[in-house]
Amino acid sequence: MALFDLSAEQQIAAVVAGETSSVELVAAHLARAERDEWNSFLAVDRERALSRAKEIDGLAVRPPLAGVPIAIKDALSTRDLVTTAGSKMLEGFRPIYTATCVARLEAAGAVIIGKTNMDEFAMGSSTENSAYGPTLNPWDITRVPGGSSGGSASCVAARQVPWSLGSDTGGSIRQPAALCGIVGMKPTYGAISRYGLIAFASSLDQVGPFARTVRDAALLLSHMVGRDPMDATSLEWTEPIRMPSATRLDGLRVGVIEELMGDGIDPGVRAACQSTIDMVEGLGGTVVPIALPHAGYGLATYYLIAPAEASANLARFDGIRYGHCAADADVLLEHYERTRAEGFGPEVKRRIMLGTFALSSGYYDAYYGQAQRVRTLIMRDFAQAFADVDVVASPTSPSTAFRLGERTADPLSMYLSDICTIPISLAGLPSLSIPCGLSDGLPVGLQLAGPAFSENRLLEVAHALELAIGFDHVPQGVGQ
Amino acid sequence: MSDVQWEAVIGIEIHAQLLTATKMFCGCALSFGDPANTHTCPVCLAHPGALPVVNAEAIRLAVIAGHALGCEIPERSVFSRKNYFYPDLPKAYQISQFDEPICGPGRFRYLTEDGEKFLGITRAHLEEDAAKLNHFGGEGRRADALGSVVDFNRGGTPLLEIVTEPELHNGTDAAAFLKQLRQTLVHLGITDGSMEQGSMRADANISIRPLGVTTLGTKTELKNMNSFTFLERGIAAEIERQIGIVESGGTVTQETLHYEPATGHISSLRSKEEAHDYRYFPEPDLVPVVPDRGWVDEIRAALPELPVDRRDRWMREYELTFEDAEVLSEPAALGDYFEQVAADAPPKSAANWVRGDLRAFLRERGQEPWESDVAPGAVAQIIRMVEAREISMPSAKQVLAHIVAHGGDPKEVVASLGLGAIQDESALIAIVDELIAANPAQAAQLREGKEKLVGFFVGQAMKATQGRADPGRIGELVRERVAAS
Amino acid sequence: MIDDAITRHVARLARLGLTEDEIVRMQHELRAILEYVDQVQGLDLADIVPTTHAIPLTNVLREDLSTPSVPADLALREGPNVTADGFTVPRMG
Repeated sequence: MALFDLSAEQQIAAVVAGETSSVELVAAHLARAERDEWNSFLAVDRERALSRAKEIDGLAVRPPLAGVPIAIKDALSTRDLVTTAGSKMLEGFRPIYTATCVARLEAAGAVIIGKTNMDEFAMGSSTENSAYGPTLNPWDITRVPGGSSGGSASCVAARQVPWSLGSDTGGSIRQPAALCGIVGMKPTYGAISRYGLIAFASSLDQVGPFARTVRDAALLLSHMVGRDPMDATSLEWTEPIRMPSATRLDGLRVGVIEELMGDGIDPGVRAACQSTIDMVEGLGGTVVPIALPHAGYGLATYYLIAPAEASANLARFDGIRYGHCAADADVLLEHYERTRAEGFGPEVKRRIMLGTFALSSGYYDAYYGQAQRVRTLIMRDFAQAFADVDVVASPTSPSTAFRLGERTADPLSMYLSDICTIPISLAGLPSLSIPCGLSDGLPVGLQLAGPAFSENRLLEVAHALELAIGFDHVPQGVGQ
Repeated sequence: MSDVQWEAVIGIEIHAQLLTATKMFCGCALSFGDPANTHTCPVCLAHPGALPVVNAEAIRLAVIAGHALGCEIPERSVFSRKNYFYPDLPKAYQISQFDEPICGPGRFRYLTEDGEKFLGITRAHLEEDAAKLNHFGGEGRRADALGSVVDFNRGGTPLLEIVTEPELHNGTDAAAFLKQLRQTLVHLGITDGSMEQGSMRADANISIRPLGVTTLGTKTELKNMNSFTFLERGIAAEIERQIGIVESGGTVTQETLHYEPATGHISSLRSKEEAHDYRYFPEPDLVPVVPDRGWVDEIRAALPELPVDRRDRWMREYELTFEDAEVLSEPAALGDYFEQVAADAPPKSAANWVRGDLRAFLRERGQEPWESDVAPGAVAQIIRMVEAREISMPSAKQVLAHIVAHGGDPKEVVASLGLGAIQDESALIAIVDELIAANPAQAAQLREGKEKLVGFFVGQAMKATQGRADPGRIGELVRERVAAS
Repeated sequence: MIDDAITRHVARLARLGLTEDEIVRMQHELRAILEYVDQVQGLDLADIVPTTHAIPLTNVLREDLSTPSVPADLALREGPNVTADGFTVPRMG
């Protein structure tokens, strides 16, 4: 089996067995990263990656991740390695510190080979909002990989790296995972420190893994979870993340979200998801339809809360301490307005405007305030559902990968890409997408979610289904 | 001149920098005049991805201050973002508190010459200070500058903002309140309260209305007066200005003003500024603070005697004047010293001696009583010796001066310098008679009623006895003996 | 209800220097989005407590102990206009 087809877990085993080395693995994946026909990468850090690989190979005690290469979404700060958040605003910006979750992986022996492309400031569902060109879907380069973590998804699907980190606010890990036929997970809100994640919507943002197997995702997760004193919203994680091994689902109750298996979903997507759901009983589980009465308001709620928080989070981009600065501004107001007009793309501007409006005097209660109340209702819906079932299932995305340019003219049509993932984000629940089949040759993702802190069970369920599904498709032209 | 009686309505907003070791939301140490940008980190520089974490000590100090202000400490407190753009605000929002402050309504008692007064406290909350903006070019003031340079050392320093009810009516009371508020906060270790250095800032909101009217007039905000005197004067000037406007038929504009102490002139600070829409919303990066009730109660129980209460006690129990109590209470160490002296000597005398000669003698040596080697007990002893007429007042001062310079025990100093008072009546009479005989002209004038000359004879007696005679008794004897002779 | 005046006001609040074209386009787009999100208006939620944090935590504080600050040159490194005295900005005007 070619190196690139090995999962990260297998690559670690190979290093441990002496069959390969970190340097060999890193060098091989660097070559693929640099031959980047999909524009997955914004930066490839060859010198430092090889130097780190060499260092790891020389250590007396091999660290757990054994020098296996990883790619990091460009929303995560990496000290001295250019971090752009997909924006012109941060072109050439070198952070002065490293994000906690990244530092934890580096300490565990992961080798960062590069930073991946994304929708600007994580705002988008297709990576077409990147200031550095879109990323192409390895399954069909006329189509999008999803977003906002498009580059992190495509580089794993294209086997440029075995795994990567993304960030998810309304679906930005799960949706690209589905569109790229890989595993993507967003943990419980607060499970992974946000310190160093360039903020989009503070109460929704979470870092999470992309991988080609559920076990790989679990492995990455296990090295990142846990309280970080630098993030006041990060959680004490008492139960360690276990490597899943379940082959069956005996006694499991799976709730299928009625509202998300209807007309808003592509028939091909629905069919692929349904056939996976139909496997549950054979594996010993029970399928139950559940209702989330307020899920339909999820999109509206999200598109009030997220832009509002973003409008404040992005206000720090003012051309004073870092980032783009308008040239020759005579007075302060001009400096601010031109810097921000030049540095931000249209979608970012749109969301800043929307968010600023939702918070502004006279509108707060009606918009932001109201949205926060709907959020409470959505959380209650889930609480009620989980009183009856152990996990909920739905398609991850209403469609397979759409074509480049297909939804860029109408912002709302782009926002609709996230109807399945958003309600779960609003409730802060752990959730992942696993590939469950193809529709017209394009991958379909099944989304699973559980109550807060139920990562271990969720991973076991995903693992058992992954085994049963046996998704072994590879994008054309990849894997040679 | 109009017939309308005007009432001024004034509220004060105070910002006090807290005496924590580190900033409000990050671990950078607080800076005291250090080189620019040497006390910063990704958090207080607002780098992308940085996050705030609340300083526990700031919460504790705020709760202490809240108790001293008679405030309720609510069950739950939440931080909010206050959004606006300015170069000294790196996140372009200040993390502050909006609708759930750490301290709720309270009431502060303060003392004036006319007795005790109370000022309602609306709330007190925590927030972070802005960075320092230094203007260059022009005259170094914002309006004429060519540009500005930002130093982020100060940015993120914890601030306690205290807002009073608009219940003051004149600058004098405002200044008295502020002085005693400051004294209280300094005594409790909340802040170092330096108005000159900006670790405590006060803004006044001022409006006027006809006496008897209950609705509030349009208010103006007088910002950043950095001394109590300027505050008092500034408020008075602004009241006058507003009355002047209204009486000549105009209306007061809501604006932010600056009082220039040198000229007494009031000018508009922000002429072109629109009212800010701060778009407050709860800070998603921070979770609520729910102070443990037991801990809150412990803090209240552990509060030391507050300066206002101490001054009030001195005025009641020791019968000190308002002024004596005020002077002796500042700083707290002086008050402690005074209390120790007053424990062993009549308090009123103790007050005079401590604030008077003791302090004066020590100041010549660049010291204060609590820093010196002069034990309070020694001062008390000197006072008791005077009361017991063992030494005269002038001798007592000599003894004190000697102890300040050389140390020593008062009784021993009296003995070694031979300063014991002449107790023997007959000896005193003999001295007086001798002086009367030696100064017949003055004696005659005194007999005729020129009272002043008592002082002459007392002075002569002091000379003759090297200050060991009690001047009071000499004066009495002079009158008797002159009349009798 | 998003009109030209509101669009310009919001752009000013957000310090976004939009071109005239952008203002027109933004107005349309915002209106469309707001029409969609307006559905939350219809709900009667007077008795519902708003959620700021999905996972309830309280009292996350840090000890008042100092941690090293960054050296001044690192603090200034990414600044577009810096001198030894700090970050330069244009005059207020």
